[in-house]
Amino acid sequence: MAQPVKITIPSSGKEISVPTGLFINNEFVPSVDSQETLDAINPATEEVICRVVAASAKDIDVAVAAARKALETTWGKNVDGFERSRLINKLADLIERDQQELAEIETLNNGKPVKIARDFDIGDSVQCLRYYAGWADKITGQSLEVDNKAKIAFTRHDPIGVCGQIIPWNYPIQMWAWKVAPALACGCTIVMKPSELTPLTALKLSELVKEAGFPPGVLNTVPSLGPVGGAALSEHQNVDKVAFTGSTITGRKIMEAASKSNLKKACLHTIPVVISLELGGKSPHLIFESADLDQAANWAALGILYNTGQDCTAGSRVYVQDTIYDKFVALLVSKAKELVVGDGFDPKTTAGPVVSKAQYDRVYGYIESGKKEGAKVILGGEKRSGKGFFIDPTIFTDIRPNMKIVKEEIFGPVLSVGKFKTEEEAISLANDTTYGLGAGLQSSDANQCMRVSTALEAGTVWVNQYNVLNNNVPFGGKHQSGIGRELGSYALEEYTSVKAVHWNFGEKADWPLF
Amino acid sequence: MPPTFTHEFNNASFKGKSFLETGVFIDGKFADGSDKTTIDVINPTTGKVLCEVAEATPKDVDLAVKAAQKAFDTVWGLKAPADRRGIVMNKLADLMEAHLDELAALEALDNGKPFSWAKMTDVNPAIGTIRYFAGWADKIQGKQIPSGEEKLAYTRHEPMGVVGQIIPWNFPLLMLTWKIGPALATGNTIVMKCSEFTPLTALFMCRLSVQAGFPPGVFNLLVGYGETVGAAISSHMDIQKVAFTGSTIVGRKITEAAAKSNLKSVTLELGGKSPNIIFDDCEMEQATNWATFGIFWNQGQVCCAGTRVFVHAKIYDEFLQKFTEKIKNLKVGDPFDNANYQGAQVSQQQYDVPSTVFYSEHFSIDSFCMLQRIMGYIQSGKSEGATCHIGGERHGTEGYFIQPTIFTDCKPDMKIVREEIFGPVGVVIKFDDDEDVIRQANDTTYGLASAIFSQDLNRAINTANRLHAGTVWINSINTADFRVPFGGYKQSGIGRESGEYALNNYTNIKAVHVNLGTKMI
Repeated sequence: MAQPVKITIPSSGKEISVPTGLFINNEFVPSVDSQETLDAINPATEEVICRVVAASAKDIDVAVAAARKALETTWGKNVDGFERSRLINKLADLIERDQQELAEIETLNNGKPVKIARDFDIGDSVQCLRYYAGWADKITGQSLEVDNKAKIAFTRHDPIGVCGQIIPWNYPIQMWAWKVAPALACGCTIVMKPSELTPLTALKLSELVKEAGFPPGVLNTVPSLGPVGGAALSEHQNVDKVAFTGSTITGRKIMEAASKSNLKKACLHTIPVVISLELGGKSPHLIFESADLDQAANWAALGILYNTGQDCTAGSRVYVQDTIYDKFVALLVSKAKELVVGDGFDPKTTAGPVVSKAQYDRVYGYIESGKKEGAKVILGGEKRSGKGFFIDPTIFTDIRPNMKIVKEEIFGPVLSVGKFKTEEEAISLANDTTYGLGAGLQSSDANQCMRVSTALEAGTVWVNQYNVLNNNVPFGGKHQSGIGRELGSYALEEYTSVKAVHWNFGEKADWPLF
Repeated sequence: MPPTFTHEFNNASFKGKSFLETGVFIDGKFADGSDKTTIDVINPTTGKVLCEVAEATPKDVDLAVKAAQKAFDTVWGLKAPADRRGIVMNKLADLMEAHLDELAALEALDNGKPFSWAKMTDVNPAIGTIRYFAGWADKIQGKQIPSGEEKLAYTRHEPMGVVGQIIPWNFPLLMLTWKIGPALATGNTIVMKCSEFTPLTALFMCRLSVQAGFPPGVFNLLVGYGETVGAAISSHMDIQKVAFTGSTIVGRKITEAAAKSNLKSVTLELGGKSPNIIFDDCEMEQATNWATFGIFWNQGQVCCAGTRVFVHAKIYDEFLQKFTEKIKNLKVGDPFDNANYQGAQVSQQQYDVPSTVFYSEHFSIDSFCMLQRIMGYIQSGKSEGATCHIGGERHGTEGYFIQPTIFTDCKPDMKIVREEIFGPVGVVIKFDDDEDVIRQANDTTYGLASAIFSQDLNRAINTANRLHAGTVWINSINTADFRVPFGGYKQSGIGRESGEYALNNYTNIKAVHVNLGTKMI
């Protein structure tokens, strides 16, 4: 095991070599103590693409040790920002060079259309890396005048250290870039655990990390199951920070593990683990009567159906003002019908299957529950026959606030549509959730846009848009949708620790004090 | 069409053939100057003509401004995604890196500085500067300012438009990058005048800018004289800003021209007479090494050169002796001989032509116009009664080489103490009181830089706080950094180059007030 394997791209018959080992110290290696493997499955055919090595807790130790050594010798404070910038830019160039091949592997393992993987997921990832490459030599502290005659203070923004990063399967490459880019820019080293469902592109990207010239140990990749590798990272004594994107349930476990190891560490006077979490959502999308309805319907459709609804900001609760309700819903249904759900290698496909059998069953569980609880299906809701985890767009109306499909994150192309009379009612419906990741509103009334965007409780608010993110704009959640921010200059704070240096050059100490 | 200049390098430092187009560079294309005239480019090590390049005149400035305005309105500025600007700039840096040795060789050939220095302290930081500012391109951030429930107020940092940039001959390529880096990152388009003495690397960069993918008109380059092209840029009604590096005299003229025309904003990086204070608790060996570098690096053609060396009386004799030994070991000569520390001064004018010939009431022919040239200053030092401790003569018989020169026994009102010489000439002055040396250090119309050597950091920080200068080096000198702001107090300039601060020189701040409910009765 740990040898590269050839995988075949169905559309072209092209063969691509994919590494299957753990990536530690710039080498692909087998597990030190385990024979466990993970099956990478094509969700469009349900066939196994290949098997990769599953990291054990011991392997996590080895990877963390490699990352620690790199931090102390070749990375972290041992390399200047200019060099970090150069390497990250180089990595971006290599990803751009290999974008087609990477997109094909992404489609094979995740299911999403090749064009979307290449032009959106990878295009955005390249830009994200370049954006943070630019920050690498601009991590500045402050100089603080305390007393011009006696004391100056300044701050240094040091790398936080070894970072465990745990990323999900919905945007395997893009979430990798979001996590890796700011961490590397700040000088951190990384132990990356990709999702056990979609490990292939993270391994392929590891090859490019080596080719770009990063020193061994700066980035290590350890595919593993959450309860094994994820747990080991979260409770590891020698990991300074854990960043996680995924479900709220798992996020809570990670925090628990971190705080438990914290207490242990506090006794030992070592560094506590810092956490950032980017979790789920049940994001509201409000459609007011003054909106451009055709555009609003486009954004609402994109909000719930992009990436087959497997999006933590998916606008899965659409609330429509009563005066335009019928007209808007008819428009939205016609837009949703235009989605072509199919094999990601078919150029006509605009949405792929959901990622796994478990996810497929879970989404249909919610659809059944919606029916049972009395919501009305106005589109979709029926299973297809044949292979592949395909789910057609499903829209419920006649919803009530306590229904499971309204309260819980489904992570599939399933939309609940509700109705409101007034702006106040819309805001109160929108904010009636334990989540707070995204929110959207469609309105042509500028004052209303400002009032509502201020009132919505969410880390991201889209006004007359939805689901479009930019690398220079922060992203993250309120409430149970997460801790910390990714993207923009804000993400740098997640990967630096601020050191204040007090420098006395004139004050004499009297002793005893009095 | 202007001819292509080719040069075969065949020396220990660099072997290879280089070529560059010699025209005015407007709208992405090389052309003859409007008046079909040319300027001779001289090899400073021989005094002989290297090549001719097209001379730009005010008509070319008009053409370049039109091209720059069109590019600004259609493909650059607010019309180009910010990250795209960064990508093209990084591509330019990649190309510079691919031509690193060639650029260094051209710089050495044209300017007379040693190849090894050109590579290390010109081309390398020039590449770094472009990369650094490429990174800023998509990070030009305004603010959202809370201003009550009924108002949304936010700022946009917008590019200014067409900017004029006039650069000197002492670090031709590096100064080009210091100027274009922040201007391009913030989305401006450029009409640049490079020095008529050293146009080669700038012309070379024009070709690289095309290869990198800059849209035509974003970067335009003119080789021309200050009194014609420099004046036309400074007084042009459609240029929104002018940035200049050179002498204080010319800086004043540019500010005047800006004031009389369209009140364009001005940033200036001008001369200096920077103090280098050697305290008695310094690490002697290091202090003498740095003091040498402080004066003689780049043949003394450095605006922040530490040309007034103040040495504490307790260590004066020992310092002077060690310093003298260091200077005696400096080799002067062929820029392509790696043993040489110092090359040739850039031009006959710098070397010894009396200033009255070249200094007119309008614009100087040379952006670093001094009232008296280097050999003239050396002469003045001698006749005013200072002791010429070492050097003081021409080196060799061909080219513009000058011996590293130090004066002692100087009085505060001597020209060599007060005026910028811009050559390998320094003065060493004894002091015995900390208060007094700070007073003397600040007793100048300049305020570009300063340096302090001391192992007592309390003393060093205290002194640093009290010096009137835009840069203070502690235990080093002349180590500028593209990440750290650089610029002058007093008559050494306006604005700051390098670092995040440089972005302010090239952006207009627009405050947007959105009324969300305040009713007007």
